Amino acid sequence: MKVLVPIKQVPETSNVKMDPVTGTMVRDGVEPIINPLDLYAIEEGVRLKEQVGGEVVALSMGPPKAILAIKEAIAMGCDDGVLLSDRAFAGADTWATSYVLAQAIKKIGACDLIICGERATDGDTGQVGPGIATWLDIPFVTYISKIIEIRENSLLIERMVEDGYEILEIETPCLLTVVKEINYPRLPSLRGKQRARQTENPVWGPTDIDARAKNLGLKGSPTRVVKISTPQVTRNGKLLAPKDEKEIESAVDQLIEFLQEKEIV
Amino acid sequence: MSYKGVWILGEQEAGNVKSVSHELLKRGRALADKLGVELTAVMLGKKIAKEGLRELIYRGADRVIVIEDPALEYFLPEPYINTLEALIKRHKPEILIASATSTGRTVAPALAIRSNTGLTADCTGLDIDEESGNLIQTRPAIGGNILATIKTPNHRPQMATVRPHSNKPLDPNPDRTGHINYEFVEPTLFKSRTKRLEFRKNEEAGSNIQDAEIVIAGGKGFKKDEHFKMVHEIAALLDGAVGASRDAVDLGWATYPHQVGLSGKTISPKLYLCAGISGSVQHLAGIKTSETIVAINNDPEAQIFHVADFGIVGDLFELLPLIKQKLQAVKKA
Repeated sequence: MKVLVPIKQVPETSNVKMDPVTGTMVRDGVEPIINPLDLYAIEEGVRLKEQVGGEVVALSMGPPKAILAIKEAIAMGCDDGVLLSDRAFAGADTWATSYVLAQAIKKIGACDLIICGERATDGDTGQVGPGIATWLDIPFVTYISKIIEIRENSLLIERMVEDGYEILEIETPCLLTVVKEINYPRLPSLRGKQRARQTENPVWGPTDIDARAKNLGLKGSPTRVVKISTPQVTRNGKLLAPKDEKEIESAVDQLIEFLQEKEIV
Repeated sequence: MSYKGVWILGEQEAGNVKSVSHELLKRGRALADKLGVELTAVMLGKKIAKEGLRELIYRGADRVIVIEDPALEYFLPEPYINTLEALIKRHKPEILIASATSTGRTVAPALAIRSNTGLTADCTGLDIDEESGNLIQTRPAIGGNILATIKTPNHRPQMATVRPHSNKPLDPNPDRTGHINYEFVEPTLFKSRTKRLEFRKNEEAGSNIQDAEIVIAGGKGFKKDEHFKMVHEIAALLDGAVGASRDAVDLGWATYPHQVGLSGKTISPKLYLCAGISGSVQHLAGIKTSETIVAINNDPEAQIFHVADFGIVGDLFELLPLIKQKLQAVKKA
């Protein structure tokens, strides 16, 4: 089974600091990491390979330093990795990004399965996976929480939706986006890290993937970010700090009153 | 023919129109009025109840386009995407909005590629630019740390998914009139390479945190698995759902469908009451659009208090039993 895993390098967003003046992210000292939700896609690919044999290839579009994401994916068990990096790719929205990744997948050649994370934690769109499948005209499903069975020309899978789980059968080759529930990603192993260092990873630009210039980067993107602002999150609510039993009782009474005012209770 | 009109993509379950469709109608109505154009609701299903279709008009639609076929009974990507692509080609709407549900977030990205247009995910605000008539889409990004304003200036339709429960539907007005049009597409479009074999409804009580009006959540502060049942008790008292922080899920006190935050679910309930959750950026991003936030934490510096409408600094093991007791008393009264 040949599995491809498109991944994204994102800023570590748990400690994001915003510049209050410019409204942009302070990138100094922010470690770039693999999109945490992509780790589940990598893990699932590696597990499938361990079960049925085959090969797992990671690919990513990003700046040159995104090679670190590819190396980490290999350290986690991927066999190979390809970086799509070129100034022409910069500023791409999900339309242009999925186009480039789909072109790269065509160049890599026949595969059985493409696994994507549910979404990236920075852009938070979840649009690139379905976009890739659409460019490639292969079936896809989203929010997969389990690969139940690998069949001859199909997969039996479980899809997590708002009110339960769908059991689906999908023809291969196909693309799945997976949710966190699917597995526990492993940490990169020492041997894996060593292998990652020794692996030469190709870096492809537009001509390597026969990409049309008009579909690339900011120029090829139908959407435009016209403004960035920092949302005001502070609500200036009531804050009580009761000191003793009596004050605790009064605080809880005030809370119940507050809920009654809001017509919740 | 130029692109004209605002469309919303409605959703149904077992032939009944879902309320997310009504939320979209309110958004769509405001846009259509600004542009002075018709608002159309599109419904796909096997057999959709007439009352539900009429209600779409009562709640803001000028026209409802209905496509019925056994292949559309449940959501499957290909039949839905193919059908909608054909309808877009046929009618050329200038704006198409879908709900950012598991269905909307699956259909819309594929439809945007097929229709060669842009798509903005999970918007919390939509408006019309008075000068250009373009759709102005606002959405949180980077863990809710920024709000991005996005346009699709040169491609049509302009497409967006809208965060569910980020607005309240219009009240139905039975005096409103409109047309319900049943249309047909090539049956070959219903072909699907994915089959739905089975559906297991989530029987676990209080797990649908995205649809719940009240969510009671707990985090690391509960210290032990057995204490986490207090969250369930209070949720049960208020007919609410149970939420959990990432830590609580990682510790195995709650399952992943309960996880609130950026790597879990984004929710906008009427009340979000949490205890023992300090409020990481990711967690706050998942609850920011809640109507009312109540927080209980023993650390007065906890980030959660910045977004709380009502906060109590204190020991949850003292506070929660008392809250439970008083709620029970109020309920009895």
